[in-house]
Amino acid sequence: MIEAPSPLPPAAAVLPAGRALRRGLRANPLLLAGAATSALIVLAALLAPLLASFPADAGTATHPFLVLHAPSARHWFGTDNVGRDVYSRVLYGARVSPLIAVIVLVIACVIGIPLGVAAGYFGGWLDEAIMRVTDIFLAFPPLLLALALAAVLPTSLTSVVIAVSVTWWPWYTRLIRGQAASVAGRPYIESCRALGLSRLRIIARHVLPNSLTPLIVQVSLDVGGVILTVSALSFLGLGAQDPTPDWGLMVAEGQNYFTTAWWVVTFPGLAILVTAFAFTLLGDGLRDLLDPRRDFGR
Amino acid sequence: MSAMRLQITGLEVSFGQRKVVQLAELGLAEAEIVGLAGDSGSGKSMTTLAVLGLAHTVGATVRGSIRLGGTELTTLPARDWRNVRGRRIAAIFQSPAMAFSPVFRVGSVVHRALRLHGMTRAEAGDAAARAMRQVLLSPGLLHRYPSQLSGGQLQRVAIALALALRAEVLLADEPTSALDVTVQAEVLELLRELRDRDGMSVLFISHDLAVVAELCDRVAIMQDGRIVEQGPTSQVVTAPASPYTAELLAAVPRLRAGGAP
Amino acid sequence: MTPLLEVADLAVRFGPVRAVDGVSLRVDRGPFGLGLVGESGSGKSTIGRAVLHLVGTAGGQIRFEGADVATLRGRALKAYRRAAQVVFQDPDNSLDPRMRIAASVAEPLVAHRLLARRAAAGRAAELLAEVGLDPGFAARYPHQLSGGQRQRAAIARALSVQPRLLVLDEPTSALDVKAQARILALIAQLRAGRKLSYLLITHNLGIVSELCEQTAVLYLGRIVESGPTSALLGAPAHPYTQALRSAVPEVHVAARTTRIILPGEPPDAASPPPGCVFHPRCPLAIDRCRAEVPALRSPGPGSPGRLVACHRAEEMLAGLNPAAQR
Repeated sequence: MIEAPSPLPPAAAVLPAGRALRRGLRANPLLLAGAATSALIVLAALLAPLLASFPADAGTATHPFLVLHAPSARHWFGTDNVGRDVYSRVLYGARVSPLIAVIVLVIACVIGIPLGVAAGYFGGWLDEAIMRVTDIFLAFPPLLLALALAAVLPTSLTSVVIAVSVTWWPWYTRLIRGQAASVAGRPYIESCRALGLSRLRIIARHVLPNSLTPLIVQVSLDVGGVILTVSALSFLGLGAQDPTPDWGLMVAEGQNYFTTAWWVVTFPGLAILVTAFAFTLLGDGLRDLLDPRRDFGR
Repeated sequence: MSAMRLQITGLEVSFGQRKVVQLAELGLAEAEIVGLAGDSGSGKSMTTLAVLGLAHTVGATVRGSIRLGGTELTTLPARDWRNVRGRRIAAIFQSPAMAFSPVFRVGSVVHRALRLHGMTRAEAGDAAARAMRQVLLSPGLLHRYPSQLSGGQLQRVAIALALALRAEVLLADEPTSALDVTVQAEVLELLRELRDRDGMSVLFISHDLAVVAELCDRVAIMQDGRIVEQGPTSQVVTAPASPYTAELLAAVPRLRAGGAP
Repeated sequence: MTPLLEVADLAVRFGPVRAVDGVSLRVDRGPFGLGLVGESGSGKSTIGRAVLHLVGTAGGQIRFEGADVATLRGRALKAYRRAAQVVFQDPDNSLDPRMRIAASVAEPLVAHRLLARRAAAGRAAELLAEVGLDPGFAARYPHQLSGGQRQRAAIARALSVQPRLLVLDEPTSALDVKAQARILALIAQLRAGRKLSYLLITHNLGIVSELCEQTAVLYLGRIVESGPTSALLGAPAHPYTQALRSAVPEVHVAARTTRIILPGEPPDAASPPPGCVFHPRCPLAIDRCRAEVPALRSPGPGSPGRLVACHRAEEMLAGLNPAAQR
């Protein structure tokens, strides 16, 4: 006898993706705030040449007679120690810092995730080998490791990207390995093996998607962390060099003037804060959205 | 009818507008095992939570009357529940792991519970050891961690705790569903002894009608939050008045090979 | 005629633990059901996994349609994986929670390139109907189905590759009574319709009596008794079988047998007791049981097809009642 599905509570009915997304956004105001802010930041980065009042200030221009002017109608965020418009530089900075962070995190994921999944799913000697290598990296305080690596490489933003990526991937490996190991033991994975599905398919389509959730949240939280780490390296002179409008570098350069010209440090600092916060909210919300168990619109 | 130890009247448990339990009447006398049987979703577990005063923890509201001896439980203030829960009404669940945190030795959980209810250290030690022997377990097992005990043993320790506290009423919510059939037989035997030797009242909740039929003196069948039939077990089982009861009885797999050896 | 599945002297070890120790079984071509009955630690699930080549063996042979499963590679191994399928116990984790039901059911077809995606979707709908689920379930996620419904979807997924042997590992243990009854009815229906053979692994004797021609009772990785189900249940030749049988709760008083309560717990599998592994808990144990391991043998000419590992099997069959010994 065919059993008809019992009527589900209306919220749990399957919605087409677009409507489900909009429902999800409406139900979660924080996610909306995070998504909107992140979008604004991306927009600012893309439209910087149009939005900046003094685009040249993001480059090599200097204005000796406009040094350390307070925020005014002309210079919304004031000027820095060589007379450059802080507002324009912050806008252009949106092209630098978040982009660096994204690149770093992508590299860290590309290295870390496959290693973590392999370690978790296969176990045994592969797991041991990968985790011991991971442990070596994790034994170092992250900033120190990045510092050491950046110091041996030629001074440039590229080196910073490499240094921070190499420092970051082990955390993701460890995180995903635990999840993957747990998923790998579940009956539906065994049934996949019993069905003769290829290992690649099992890992790519079943283990990986079910292991990613904690990683997504972690990655979004790390956007802020990476920006800060890159900033720290730039601060120490190992990364971005003047005149690149890297937010961290701007904070570093402006710290000497903090007591007399607070705006030089504050606005780039706020930019870092807002960006980190926005991506954190975005990540949190993404995790909820991606979980098919969540019912929206209740 | 002599005074019931536990008397439930007009119980309504709801989630907002949705009523999940509408129990007109259910009573539990001294030295009696009453079965509450039904499918999943019939409201059996919510009834247990309501009797333990824990319905609000899952967001449900309770209306009606649950009387334990002279005490009305539905209006009992939170601080008075400490004397009732565990002490006068004990509960065991399907997963004994729920009662025992994996990081503590089983004995320490038992001791702490006994001390919380007013016993001195010496009294607690004695009561625990005595109770363990009553459930046919060596008191030495109290030194073990939950992971070192089998499901059946853990369940018996949970029952031992109820015994040590001299609870009047034991709520058993699917206590044997996760156990092997021979272990289940032991736990059921133990429950019978609690009734006969200690005069305990047991409310046995289960979806397995065969177990309920064997163990319980009286049985109530629940469907969609209501009791559709209630009465002495032999009567309900041989001459079910409700078609739902008949359905449940028909669903029990039978051992078809004939007769006793 | 070659049996569908033949297991000879199977041994599986996990470190020092002998999870399966010298087990031999036979599953005939369908329709046929073999029940593997035992409690926790009996090794029944391990046998199922070994048959499905999901766990390594330490000895013995598993032959499927005459071919040794351990030697299969590549295409032949894939073909075996389609011929022998499994349904697990835990309905909460038997399906990928991120995949819709239809996708889960169609996946084996697509992965094995048996059907193109669209055709596979159609076939999935047919399979869902066969297990009694309305097409409305196809687009849902596992958490939106009840335990019984999920179990049926898992069966549909296993059936998609047209298996000849189905290993059912405690298919109803986690379900309530009515869902259980529906699954059992479904298995009976599939058996008839598809001429299926299955290995039904369970701790509940009541289920095997309905669905299995032959049954083997396991204790601590060894077969203690096997034979035609009705004979085994009607006149058990091993005290453990009798204890299991007596432990099954019966609704009607008339069907109840004197309950045999086994003292203690099953022994530690890493260091089993000498002689018969059951002797510490056996109501009929004599000195011989403590010293000599009983061989699995026929208890006499009057019981064709039955095997039992007990020194006192003949006495059991002659009417000796373990319950009376307590």
